[in-house]
Amino acid sequence: MRITILQLFLHLLLLFGFSPLLSGVIGKTKALFTGRVGPPFLQLYFDIWKLFGKGMVISRTTTWIFRAGPVVGLAVPLLAGLLIPFGPVGAPISFSGDLIFFVYLFALSRFFTACAALDTGSSFEGMGAVREVTFSCLAEPTVFFVFIVLARLSGSFSLDAMFGQTLAASWHTAAPSLLLILVCLFIVTLVENCRIPFDDPTTHLELTMIHEVMVLDHSGPDFGMILYGAAMKLFVFGALVVRLFLPGTTGNMALDILLFIGGILFMAVVVGVIESVMARLRLLRIPQLLVGASLLSFFSLILLLR
Amino acid sequence: MNFLFLSWLVLGLGACAAALPWRSARITALLGGGSAVLGCVSGLIAVGQGLVAERAATFSLPWSMPGGSFSLRLDGLSAFFLLPLFIVGLVGALYGTEYMQKEKACLHWSWYNLLLVSMAMVVTAANGLLFLFAWECMSLTSFFLVITEYNKSEVVAAGWIYLLATHLGAACLFAFFLSAGAFCGSLDFASFQHLNKLTGPVVSVLFLLLLAGFGSKAGIFPLHVWLPDAHPAAPSHVSALMSGVMVKTAIYGLLRMCSFFTASPVWWGGLLMAIGITGALFGIAMAAMQSDVKRSLAYSTVENVGIILLALGFWMQSRAAGQHVVAALALAGGLIHLLNHALFKSLLFLGAGSLMHGSDSRDLNRMGGLMCRMPVTGLMIVCGGMAISALPPFNGLVGEWFIYRALLESGAALSGLGGFFPVMLVGCLALVGGLVLIVMTRIIGIALTGVPRSPEAAEAHEAGWPMRSAMIVLALLCLAGGLLPIQLLRVAGRAAVLLDPESAQLFAGQVITPWWLGIMAFLLIGALLAAFSFNRWRQGRGTVAAASTWGCGFAFPSNRMTYSAESYSELAQSGMFCSCLTPKSKDGRTIGFFPIRRFFVFTAPDPVLEKFFKPLFQRLADYCRRCCRLQSGNLHIYLLYVFCTTILLLFWVGQR
Repeated sequence: MRITILQLFLHLLLLFGFSPLLSGVIGKTKALFTGRVGPPFLQLYFDIWKLFGKGMVISRTTTWIFRAGPVVGLAVPLLAGLLIPFGPVGAPISFSGDLIFFVYLFALSRFFTACAALDTGSSFEGMGAVREVTFSCLAEPTVFFVFIVLARLSGSFSLDAMFGQTLAASWHTAAPSLLLILVCLFIVTLVENCRIPFDDPTTHLELTMIHEVMVLDHSGPDFGMILYGAAMKLFVFGALVVRLFLPGTTGNMALDILLFIGGILFMAVVVGVIESVMARLRLLRIPQLLVGASLLSFFSLILLLR
Repeated sequence: MNFLFLSWLVLGLGACAAALPWRSARITALLGGGSAVLGCVSGLIAVGQGLVAERAATFSLPWSMPGGSFSLRLDGLSAFFLLPLFIVGLVGALYGTEYMQKEKACLHWSWYNLLLVSMAMVVTAANGLLFLFAWECMSLTSFFLVITEYNKSEVVAAGWIYLLATHLGAACLFAFFLSAGAFCGSLDFASFQHLNKLTGPVVSVLFLLLLAGFGSKAGIFPLHVWLPDAHPAAPSHVSALMSGVMVKTAIYGLLRMCSFFTASPVWWGGLLMAIGITGALFGIAMAAMQSDVKRSLAYSTVENVGIILLALGFWMQSRAAGQHVVAALALAGGLIHLLNHALFKSLLFLGAGSLMHGSDSRDLNRMGGLMCRMPVTGLMIVCGGMAISALPPFNGLVGEWFIYRALLESGAALSGLGGFFPVMLVGCLALVGGLVLIVMTRIIGIALTGVPRSPEAAEAHEAGWPMRSAMIVLALLCLAGGLLPIQLLRVAGRAAVLLDPESAQLFAGQVITPWWLGIMAFLLIGALLAAFSFNRWRQGRGTVAAASTWGCGFAFPSNRMTYSAESYSELAQSGMFCSCLTPKSKDGRTIGFFPIRRFFVFTAPDPVLEKFFKPLFQRLADYCRRCCRLQSGNLHIYLLYVFCTTILLLFWVGQR
């Protein structure tokens, strides 16, 4: 019981405390590549703090759905974060079949974000909503295939065990499959969090946006919650990627946690490098890449099935 | 059992009373609707008794029909299917008392009550002839309900297609029951146990007859063509009853008959799974392209029936392979999804009817912004949409969770080809789940939110209390199912005992318990409340100003500029769907330098109907027309026919 409470505390601390840092690291990496100084590491903390103190402007056409979007957008990554292990810290909540709940939790947040976007009656936001629901519809089979590979290797259907102790041993027996699903999970992380090459979070043209265009009309605390929720979502998906990448333990809890934080910061740097060296894909190419990713994950599964 | 008879008595009396020529439509609605409500309450008591009772209640009366006996049996399986029937029947009647006020409702309530009685009789009949009799009554009463608005040509056309489809299916059922009766010596279900002794290709033929017969009613994939026309044509509470419950009576029939074949071959399950997943993908892809809200929901029924069939097929297959945990998970998933679908699809149809009532159109592109003017209906549709998209904390997730778990367990345990198919199906099911999200956000986003797209939508009005309370009851049941999944499993367990006793033992244990899903639903509500109160707290400091939507500096967007129903699904349709589903558009191009008035029509007809059934029946009709020459209209020729036939018959008798 005490361990569970400790895990819960550590999870909430990492989720609330560290998640906005990733965006700062990505920004700093991109600035380094372009030879600028860039915003400080803690920029997103400042932004969120500032937004929480501000007033709001709300479109006249909107209803309660518009206000529900940010609320769901914050609550969902929070709950999802409790279902997965953060490095050596086990998940506070874990049950057989929680991976299905995990996937549908994010579907819930997508449902409300898309409806909130359509609530403004703007074509731009409608466009963003369409892209979000369509692209993630193609990403969902990939997530399931990745999870089945891990379930096969660990013999369990809870995320805690799938990303748990057995992972290190699995790297010896099924390295090719795990390497493939690491790539797939990273692609899913990029598409779910709307990063380049799927979506450019810093673009200035509404026509080309996906996520940013859906939240154009949000402001003040609502927008702050959206930013915080997005940061947490990146942290949750990043934690899965890092756990897959660094499955081992040193035996020392504090060292392990430091290693995990180092890993997730490294992943942020990788995302920053990708954003610096790549351009956003044409929208027509995105479904092809997503289908390619699910085929890749399916192939990794076939490697195990034979 | 006594309460079931009481329910039938009340419903029957109500049907007779509503048929009398009363002076005002109000009295008819009160008599018909009131008796339906009372009858359903009495029926629900009978269901409760049936679910609690250890032994099945039986009843038998001699019947003067050759081969028939009026024998009824109320066991766990029957009670499980009666439960959604009486719930949806009750709220539908409540809803209908208001909904039918505007319409000319002669005999509507009589047909409604008789439909309830005949459906309940289908589910409780224990004799083949009685079953067929009730089945025909169900088809005919629902046909009359479909053509309520018989002065519209498309409604009548939909009605004819429905009548044709349902009778072609019934022909298969007659063939099945007569041959099964001939083999077993009696049409009583009790003697159908002998079907087990049959071997060889006969069994497979019987199974295919069952599949075609019940499949045409259930709307399984290639036989679904009547469904997207007939369900929208009916009044909304009838659509709810047809889509939520009547379709399930066919699944009941399939399950009941398959329960007589205890040693079913593996390929039966495989066939059901293949049909199921094809139907699910096809149905949801078609649903994404319909601009008629009820048509879209009808296609979503095709999808959900596909998912139920997939789960039940997977159960049959894993039972034949001896994997009891997987079989228990699949059976639980199929049965729970069946129950859930009855609740949330009815809720959505009732909500769609309320939107139609408010905005005078079934077209999504003529609604828009209805959430402001119809807040309760809007909230209920959002609840139904969340439930059907399997989102927590609603009930839809529980059924899908079991189905996913069954597929995952089997995909993770088996290797080789045995593991390949479940894994494939998980991917397909995930794709279906993603598409459902597109369909539901489309209905909510285009119809409820944004700006009004027509003058009628701008002046829409909220439904009255009977319609609202009917929807609220269903939404609360959906939420309750999500919060207490254990209860859903327990109810499904009563039906499972009769279908698969070995797997049903697992329903009570810890192996497949959905206990955590309920906890997670409560935690999710807690997290949402916490985030909401944080939002309120921060907002308390600042000011909330109202302004127009951001349009890149353009402050006066018109409703013609917003996203339409077609544009919402265009990306999915062009990027993911195969070309045979491509909708037809007419006259969309503008050529020339100066703007001229153009009309753009966009329709997505059913490809199976257009490319297969219509040419087939056209050709049949051409052949039959050639036989018209026999009908010369001359009396002498007809007498010659009679004479020749008599001579031939005499020869035949003489030969024997």
